[in-house]
Amino acid sequence: MNSSQLIAFLPVICIATSAVIVMLTIAIRRDFALTCLVAGLGILVSLLALMAAGQQSPVYVTSLVRMDAYGLFAMALLLLAGLVVIVFCYDYFKDREGENEELLFLILTALLGGCVLVTASHFATFFIGLETLSVSLFVLVGYALGQSRSLEAATKYLVLSGVSSALLLMGMALIYSECGQLSFSGIEQYLAEQEIFNAMVLTGIVFIVAGVGFKLSLAPFHMWTPDVYEGAPAPVTAFIATVSKGAVFLLLLRFFLSGGGYSYVSMMTVITVMAVLSILLGNVLALLQDNVKRMLAYSSIAHMGYLLIAFIAGGGIESDFVVESVIFYLVAYFMTTLGAFGVVSLLSTPQSEAVELSSYRGLFWRRPGLATVFTFMLLSLAGIPLTAGFIGKFYIFAAGADAQLWGMLLVLIIGSGLGLYYYLRVIVVMSISQESGSQAGREAALARMSLAALVLLTLLLVWLGVDPIHLMSLIHGV
Amino acid sequence: MMLLALIAVLFFGGLAAFISGRWHPAAPRWTALAALALEFVLVLLQYALTADQSSVWIADLKWPWISRFGIGFHLAMDGLSLSLVMLTVVLGFMAVSSSWTEIRHRQGFFYFNLLMCLAGTVGVFLALDLFLFFFSWEVMIIPMYFLISIWGHEDRTAAAIKFVIFTQVSGLLMLTAIIVLGLIYHGYTGVYSFDYFKLLGMPLDAEVAFWLMLGFFVAFTVKLPSVPFHTWLPDAHTQAPTGGSVILAGVMLKTGAYGLLRFVVPLFPEASHQFAPIAMTLGAISVLYAAMMAFAQSDLKRLIAYTSVSHMGFVLLGVFAWDLLALQGAVMTMLAHGISAAALFMIAGSLQERLHTRQMGNMGGLWTAVPHLSAMALFFAIASLGLPGLGNFLGEFLVLLGAFKVNMLLMALAALVMILSPVYALIIIQKAFYGPLRLPHPIADFSRRDIIAMGLLVVASIWLGLHPHKVLETTEPSLQQAMQSSAFTGSTDEQ
Repeated sequence: MNSSQLIAFLPVICIATSAVIVMLTIAIRRDFALTCLVAGLGILVSLLALMAAGQQSPVYVTSLVRMDAYGLFAMALLLLAGLVVIVFCYDYFKDREGENEELLFLILTALLGGCVLVTASHFATFFIGLETLSVSLFVLVGYALGQSRSLEAATKYLVLSGVSSALLLMGMALIYSECGQLSFSGIEQYLAEQEIFNAMVLTGIVFIVAGVGFKLSLAPFHMWTPDVYEGAPAPVTAFIATVSKGAVFLLLLRFFLSGGGYSYVSMMTVITVMAVLSILLGNVLALLQDNVKRMLAYSSIAHMGYLLIAFIAGGGIESDFVVESVIFYLVAYFMTTLGAFGVVSLLSTPQSEAVELSSYRGLFWRRPGLATVFTFMLLSLAGIPLTAGFIGKFYIFAAGADAQLWGMLLVLIIGSGLGLYYYLRVIVVMSISQESGSQAGREAALARMSLAALVLLTLLLVWLGVDPIHLMSLIHGV
Repeated sequence: MMLLALIAVLFFGGLAAFISGRWHPAAPRWTALAALALEFVLVLLQYALTADQSSVWIADLKWPWISRFGIGFHLAMDGLSLSLVMLTVVLGFMAVSSSWTEIRHRQGFFYFNLLMCLAGTVGVFLALDLFLFFFSWEVMIIPMYFLISIWGHEDRTAAAIKFVIFTQVSGLLMLTAIIVLGLIYHGYTGVYSFDYFKLLGMPLDAEVAFWLMLGFFVAFTVKLPSVPFHTWLPDAHTQAPTGGSVILAGVMLKTGAYGLLRFVVPLFPEASHQFAPIAMTLGAISVLYAAMMAFAQSDLKRLIAYTSVSHMGFVLLGVFAWDLLALQGAVMTMLAHGISAAALFMIAGSLQERLHTRQMGNMGGLWTAVPHLSAMALFFAIASLGLPGLGNFLGEFLVLLGAFKVNMLLMALAALVMILSPVYALIIIQKAFYGPLRLPHPIADFSRRDIIAMGLLVVASIWLGLHPHKVLETTEPSLQQAMQSSAFTGSTDEQ
């Protein structure tokens, strides 16, 4: 490893180091605010290291990791999301009993896993990254020890995640048995040389897609999502919905783009079916929810389905445009999801999570700022103009139309129509006059940090919705 | 710059209304009024500055926006958009006037939404970049959603959500069509563009053009609305507060008609020509079916809502006949219906404010109790049934005249509405205003503010009917240009 490789790898090293430092800090002095501060600083330092790494890219750091613009941008996205989650965590856990400091350590290790994942160019890093991420997540989901729901969610996630990892490994083994290669580029080379259709490799890819489908909660592997979303503490839910899913999706895209997965047409059929099912099931089931967290869980299933449309379009159009579409959509999705769960976590008290729709009644008149933020987030999820979500949806439509996936676009339109109903329902509930609602006496404590983060997210959301050109050119460079 | 100001005044007026609501509950309505007055002056100024100009486009503004996709911030105004913007401003005043006492809660937010809605509508009338057009198209929906769902009547939530889902889903079809147009342009030239003038006259494969046309057509006929996409309208109109109904019926429906006129036929002339028989049939069905449905209603606002569908059917007929006379008739109907429907909704709204009911069965004999209000109701009921001398008559007459040459059978059928419309118009008068008075206690007649507002609408209606040259002259160049740009003009008639 020469010096330029080392500099390129610096961000990952920084995160790993800050995880260790956080652990040491806890050993010396148990103080939640201090730990949050250290973890936040660790992420900031890693972000700085990213800039240094940007000078060196693209470069292979051994054959396991490839630091290129795509990976660096993805890492920046994950780290920023992690930073926002830490802010939410601070306000959410500061008044709670128990030893909450290790939470930060786990967030950092999960981020480490995510960062390795998005830069992986080899099955070894793929698997190590994914497991680092998942193992941290089990503990995070079950962190609120006293609550049975949380434990149930953690167990569920543990078992299903274990199964999906097993599938993933099996898929890798099958591909290896045929190709004798573990690196993405090696696999692509092998596949390009093959004239005929290779059933073993196809089976392997199917296993991998199934394993990844679990992590992305694509139908029909979506069963765990609502329970885990509901059971986990709200900031952790935000983390799962963004960092975990985003990292896995970006990895999948890289694997297909550089591993030659698009050459298998029958594979695309499988993914198409998954996308259609996710969009329809996610939206239909979300209609039936009175629980905001479950509703957002189902809606996230649908959003992963939307994202898959751009992904599938990659089989027919130039890969640059697909990458651009997927990344822009992910950025918008990250912001809105963080914002939405941020509102949920702000409204939650140590006694109860703000999950019931009825606890949002009259929010517009009780806490107008928070309700406005939530409204913008919901409108962005619904893809209404003036928000980044609209530009994201525009990208999906453009990619789908370019690849002439008319059927998929029709499903997307139907899904959006269904989606509007449940997003608007929340807005309606928030705008019901307070007089008819119950006087909510137990208000969550004022949380300045989270509020500031939410306002910042909302401003960014509107800015990107009105003037997206800067982000577009940034991503276009990737 | 003036065009940008037209949108900005309403936008910032809305923000100012919202903020001013914090220090005094009555401040927002004055702020809204001031913003509209400023807007009115700007429109007049724009008209006066460019009245003698001979070119079709009297103002044009083009800035780059999202250059990655060649999307520009392109606004332009011709005679057609000028008259529709004018209508928007006038009805904006009416909406503020009718909400003056009706809206008592959260006035700041109410006038904010009202002005945002108007800003979006003006944006729709001025945008000549398809992306910007879609953007404004969507932006005007959400404030209207809030107007209905917060200040509406008993069944407001369902009506508001229905309204949004209908318009949004059909809008996404249009978005797909817009994107495909941009991609096709990309295929020809290697760059993206969504500019109206660049896409105009772009050669299209016949089959592709047909599907794209259908995408636009569905979005616009949902908004118009026409049978079979009209079911959102009676609910939304009935449940909306008066100000919302005025804007919905008076202005928002016109955006659908405007879209057909500006985009569907000029962009896809052959496909529209091919599709014209179906579109015109839908128009004729709307005219007759909605008129019959109107007669069957007992709810006053619902009745008026159905008459809107009926009148908008004429617009659909006129646009797809694609004959200069019929087009002028369609534009005239748009303006005249905007005025008469707004007035009728204001009357229904004031009745509801006074009687707390919209059921005509509970009214009766109101002429003796509220003579001024009743006289106004009679005037606009008659305007709506198409009395010669008023704008509505002229519009419908021109449509019938122009389209008769194109499709004789359909127009003969559609003309039957001349029998149906007096039936539904007079039933309002009969049930609500004649007969024995049934009110237990006296109610207030129109106040001076109402009389002034209504008086203005009366004058406008008569002016449109007796002196239509001004409007026809203003809109003629743009209609003529639109007709020239579409290739099939010569084949249908020899005007």
